[in-house]
Amino acid sequence: MSFEALKRDSDKRWLDLTTGSKPWIRVSSAMCCGTSLESESIITEIINYSKNNKININVDTVGCHGICYAGPIIDILYKGKPRIFWGNVTKDNVVKILDSYIQKGEVITDNLLGSLGERPIEGIKRIDELPGMNLQNRIALRNSGNIAFNDIYQYIANGGFEGLHKAVTKMSTDEVITEVKNSGLRGRGGAAFPTGVKWSFMANSKGVKYILCNCEEGDPGAYNDKGILESDPYTLIEGLIIAGYATKSTNGYVFIRHGHDGPIDRTKEAINQAYENGLLGENIFGSDFSFDIEVSLTGDSYVAGEETALMESVEGLSARPRSRPPFPAAYGVWGHPSTINNVKSLAYVSEIIRNGSEWFKSIGTESSSGTAIVCLSGDILYPGMYEVEMGISIEDVVEKIGGGIPDGRSLKMLQTGGPLGGVLGSDSLKVKIDFDEMAKAGAILGSGGIIIVDDRTCAVDLTKSLVAFCQYESCGKCFPCRLGMTHLLEIVEKISRGEGNLTDLDLMNKIGKNMQAGSLCGHGQLGYNPISSALKHFQKDFESCMDGNCPTGSCNERQIVFPENTRPNSWQTIKGN
Amino acid sequence: MSALKNINNEQILNILRNQDHTTVTILSSLLSVQDEIGYLPKNSINVIADFMNVTTNDVWGVASYYLNFRFEPPGQHTIEICWGPSCHIRGASKLQSSVLKKLKLKNQGDTSDGKFTLKFNTCLGACPQAPLISIDHKLSGKMNSSRLLKMLDQLN
Repeated sequence: MSFEALKRDSDKRWLDLTTGSKPWIRVSSAMCCGTSLESESIITEIINYSKNNKININVDTVGCHGICYAGPIIDILYKGKPRIFWGNVTKDNVVKILDSYIQKGEVITDNLLGSLGERPIEGIKRIDELPGMNLQNRIALRNSGNIAFNDIYQYIANGGFEGLHKAVTKMSTDEVITEVKNSGLRGRGGAAFPTGVKWSFMANSKGVKYILCNCEEGDPGAYNDKGILESDPYTLIEGLIIAGYATKSTNGYVFIRHGHDGPIDRTKEAINQAYENGLLGENIFGSDFSFDIEVSLTGDSYVAGEETALMESVEGLSARPRSRPPFPAAYGVWGHPSTINNVKSLAYVSEIIRNGSEWFKSIGTESSSGTAIVCLSGDILYPGMYEVEMGISIEDVVEKIGGGIPDGRSLKMLQTGGPLGGVLGSDSLKVKIDFDEMAKAGAILGSGGIIIVDDRTCAVDLTKSLVAFCQYESCGKCFPCRLGMTHLLEIVEKISRGEGNLTDLDLMNKIGKNMQAGSLCGHGQLGYNPISSALKHFQKDFESCMDGNCPTGSCNERQIVFPENTRPNSWQTIKGN
Repeated sequence: MSALKNINNEQILNILRNQDHTTVTILSSLLSVQDEIGYLPKNSINVIADFMNVTTNDVWGVASYYLNFRFEPPGQHTIEICWGPSCHIRGASKLQSSVLKKLKLKNQGDTSDGKFTLKFNTCLGACPQAPLISIDHKLSGKMNSSRLLKMLDQLN
């Protein structure tokens, strides 16, 4: 089928869904609300209701609206009225909501979130006025919560694969790279390297080449990569195919941690649908460009998210980093040129090609164009996944979108960019979400996770948890990291028990410097960051703890039990076998 | 899957041959065996080594690197508690201590009656619902000790 015919077919299906006689019910179900809050039982209830009352209903499972505090969310589109949304729906109240609205046209106001669409209903506020919704500009997440995660036609009806079609049929590979360079898109995985420039490194080499999409996402506090794959895997796949075209690559891998079944299953299904519709495989759109994508699974290893360790893992080996040079663009997976992009970076690409680089460049700031997908968690009223324009202040994100700190508490610390990022104090609220501004403030935007911590937590306690994470997840290849992290954890634990003294700070600094100088990858190089940044803002907490007076008591109250196993895993079990 | 007690080489080979992806590696083979059987039986290491045409050392290296691999059958129910920083500040350590007490364990591991496997996870990936636990791979968020202990009772 030609793309034009596919598009016509998809548009027709979409028109039937949105203007047909059947109510269309969309139930949000991603990692958070899907598995942890039981959206599946809600869908079963809806299907039973439809059967029992002999009412034809279209039900779709959609992805994440981002406002996790309100999940699971359902919405009904019926009889040309706007979409009406209810939040915190359960299997017990869903039938009542459906019955009143579909049978009597009455909107139950319990759990009502609002409406979306033209001709708003009097007395019902619009959902885009809700906290968290009003300050967003959803580009990568444009379809999240709006289209079924398993219906490629809904994606195509909303502009999907137009970017790929334009790239492959109307643009040369160099033009695609130039367009992405001009858009100012920078990598969303942590290093913020310009995506177009990265692509250009391997554009001219010949033969088998790989594009790897990194969704290892082991950072506590970040769930936006998994959120995209669960909500709209097609936007990632389209971006990955365009990247493959631009770099003249032959194969793509989507790299996900084993056990995250939602993202894995949904991505696999979307890849299959793309093959079935001729959007992947041989001679895409009749051109001489052929491209294959496969999902590659890794085991439990945080370092597997590091680009060279990721390549080892794709090859099926232990995820330990390689030394560079040679760089991946010259010598990557199985020795072939390879490029690694984060899910979020690729999720923007289709819209950049479809709408042009100027459009993307006009959003955000001079040095960081576009949006950031931030994940709020911790002590915050409205935790969730929000797509905001670059340049917004952290304060606006925490206060206006996140709703501030609950329980009458006040903000004490912010932890950004994953456990290797920094700890910031409340004086950092004015800092703007922008790669360079955040770097200047001593933090990284990284993967977009922001853990908000209130005044009940001691800085030593938070640092201990971060250092313990980094120690546990060191791959063990470079001894400055393997031993250094262990030594750092011992010292932080000692301080937290009230047994530390000021010379420990010098010792930690020395260890941190050695780790930075002697480690192959960011894990060891940045492993001292949690401590150095916490000391910069909260040295007083460390000093109080050394005197045995933890300022909040949390060091004594929260005794983490660290897992005993380490790499190599379960060695005793193996010996005893 | 713990009903499968005696796993012979042929059964393992079948699992290895039926992997539903084109790129077959040591890691993908190990993951498929553990997915099917619940752990890596001792003979699976040799079978994978032959199948992949590598040494048993190569396979052991990968199997002992990734922390999700097990070398003994798991308990009937697997309970995971997230201790990552997001869950930590929302009270994960309380969940740890109450479950350890209930299951009479000192650290993660298996109970002697074979009923439970307790695992501490560094990130279960649904941080807005912290603190998180998972029982038999099903996540539950905004957890507290009394609810968790009740959930464990219901498993009995």
